[in-house]
Amino acid sequence: MNKITARDVNVFYGSKQALFDVSINIQEKEVTALIGPSGCGKSTFLRCMNRMNDVIDICRVEGSIKMDDLELNSNKLDVVRLRENVGMVFQKPNPFPKTIYENIAYGPTIHGLAQSKEEMDQIVETSLKKAALWNEVKDRLDEIGTGLSGGQQQRLCIARAISVSPEVILMDEPCSALDPIATAQIEELIDDLKKEHTIVIVTHSMSQAARVSQKTGFFHLGKLIEFGETEKIFKNPDNQQTQDYITGRFG
Amino acid sequence: MTEAKAQLLRKRYNAERRFKLYGQIAIALALMFLAVFMYKIFSKGYTAFQKTWIQTEVHYDQELMLIEGSNPTLQDLEDADYYDVAYQAMTRLDPNLPEELDRQLIQLVAYSYEKEVKELLLDNPDYLGKIVPIRLTASDDLDQVHKGNYPRDIPEEDRRVNDYQLKIYDMLNERGDIISKFNFSFFTNPDSREAELAGIASSFMGTVFSILVCLIFSFPIAVLAAIYLEEFAPKNKFTDFIEVNINNLAAVPSIVFGLLGLGVLLAVFNLPRSTPLVGGITLSLMTLPTIIIAARASLKAVPPSIREAALAMGASNMQTTMHHTVPLSMPGTLSGTIIGLAQALGETAPLILIGMVAFVNTIPGTPVDPAASLPVQIYIWSESAERGFVEKVSACIMVLLAFLILMNLAAQVVRHKFEKKWS
Repeated sequence: MNKITARDVNVFYGSKQALFDVSINIQEKEVTALIGPSGCGKSTFLRCMNRMNDVIDICRVEGSIKMDDLELNSNKLDVVRLRENVGMVFQKPNPFPKTIYENIAYGPTIHGLAQSKEEMDQIVETSLKKAALWNEVKDRLDEIGTGLSGGQQQRLCIARAISVSPEVILMDEPCSALDPIATAQIEELIDDLKKEHTIVIVTHSMSQAARVSQKTGFFHLGKLIEFGETEKIFKNPDNQQTQDYITGRFG
Repeated sequence: MTEAKAQLLRKRYNAERRFKLYGQIAIALALMFLAVFMYKIFSKGYTAFQKTWIQTEVHYDQELMLIEGSNPTLQDLEDADYYDVAYQAMTRLDPNLPEELDRQLIQLVAYSYEKEVKELLLDNPDYLGKIVPIRLTASDDLDQVHKGNYPRDIPEEDRRVNDYQLKIYDMLNERGDIISKFNFSFFTNPDSREAELAGIASSFMGTVFSILVCLIFSFPIAVLAAIYLEEFAPKNKFTDFIEVNINNLAAVPSIVFGLLGLGVLLAVFNLPRSTPLVGGITLSLMTLPTIIIAARASLKAVPPSIREAALAMGASNMQTTMHHTVPLSMPGTLSGTIIGLAQALGETAPLILIGMVAFVNTIPGTPVDPAASLPVQIYIWSESAERGFVEKVSACIMVLLAFLILMNLAAQVVRHKFEKKWS
């Protein structure tokens, strides 16, 4: 089933066009990987799905992006509600300089998801367990989140993102700042998360895309060149450019 | 290595050595100026923290004080006449006093001696009728003689202390009746025309009130302006224009703000002249741009990743700012504020214009009482001709410097202690 449907999305930074007529169907409870060389627009497209491009003054988005039946690219959209439903994990781990507990509790607090302290404790515990971090931090929830290791920080950010039970989780190169062991942990986690969440992940690593995703989209120079089953894209792509990128001839 | 290359290398090292030397000379010069400055102030000023008294005896003679009845009340003591007992206490110093020299003897103590005689009795009513020892504040001339600041070898007619007075001084000094102790009254007395009685209490309180008023007016306005400009305002020509003007405002000479205070606060709003309220508001005009600039810089220094994290969690702009950006920027904002206040602390010109240069011999209890301020006090005293004020000026500078150093230290502590580390 389609979770997110994008039709003819064009994005401009000032007068420079960053995305050209991107149309894509993102399936529910699957992992969709977006790959492509640097500057190809994959992160820009990702940020269209939770309206993070709003932060950039000169950015303009045209076209239609629908989540279920909700039009995302509309002035009437309540961005706060959207972001409650579409979580995001960034390239560099960015926990708040607050305690581990406060990091997780922040989202549920501002959205009023917990009625009592016990409920909040429960949310924090489940989120950390889902992010496979609970065992490592359960005795030091009141320590500062920025004091954790890089991999732990990123899992903390994932726990923070899932604390409000979003339907969609967007991941912008979540492992690019991590070592191989931490990367493996995150990939395992992504596999678990797709049971309950729809995941879109931007990655530079083709092997990662091959390992974690069911669908893959290849971006180049702002265009979506090819989109399909991950296996097909990596084994037998239709497009010559995709073939060249996959085999490492450019990018 | 060829000879040419070796020479080039040598030249490079020599250039570096020379450059280091220039730097060291510059530092040494700066330190030397500082040392001379400090030495000048301390060597001139430290004596101001010592006060000189003359010890004598006073006979609280009921008859001379014109008190009737055997059981006088406190009010009777309050209303009594102290002129004669005080006069007697002084003339007691020289038993064979020639009649015509009594004024000269009395000039050895501060003009407030009659009041001091009265206060001793009011504090100890049972002294009435008894002969008790008393310490009278020495006049500033005698004080300076005792501290060795006054030359004794110039001709008598050029001296403010004549030969007779010096003779009495030497006699008293030998008897141990000249007492020198820590000068608490320098900190507790208001300003006075008499150097021996002048203190910094009124100007110190004036400064404290001015700084508080300045903080109350400038901090909230500046922080709100900074937050709005940095986090909410659209980036367009108009906000650019505002930004340029804030930077310009920070560079406006302080005397211009003084004129503004005079023209607007005093003339239009009719606020009370010479008060810390007006002084503080005028100073806050100066501090405002400093704090805005500091607050904006520290807001800018909060990594955008923190804002993105909050926004991506569904926090509104306002929540992102109030929950994350502003708390993280507070250490920088606060230390900028303290530095701005420290600048305001040393300002003299605008305060002179709004009348805080007036001679104030009361200690202000509220920001709407007339007061001076420490830098203005330095200015007032340095204008005074009397020798006794020279050391007061230096002492006042020391107090001001101590105040400044304390504030700058506070800024450092705030910055280092509360600064959050992020990865």
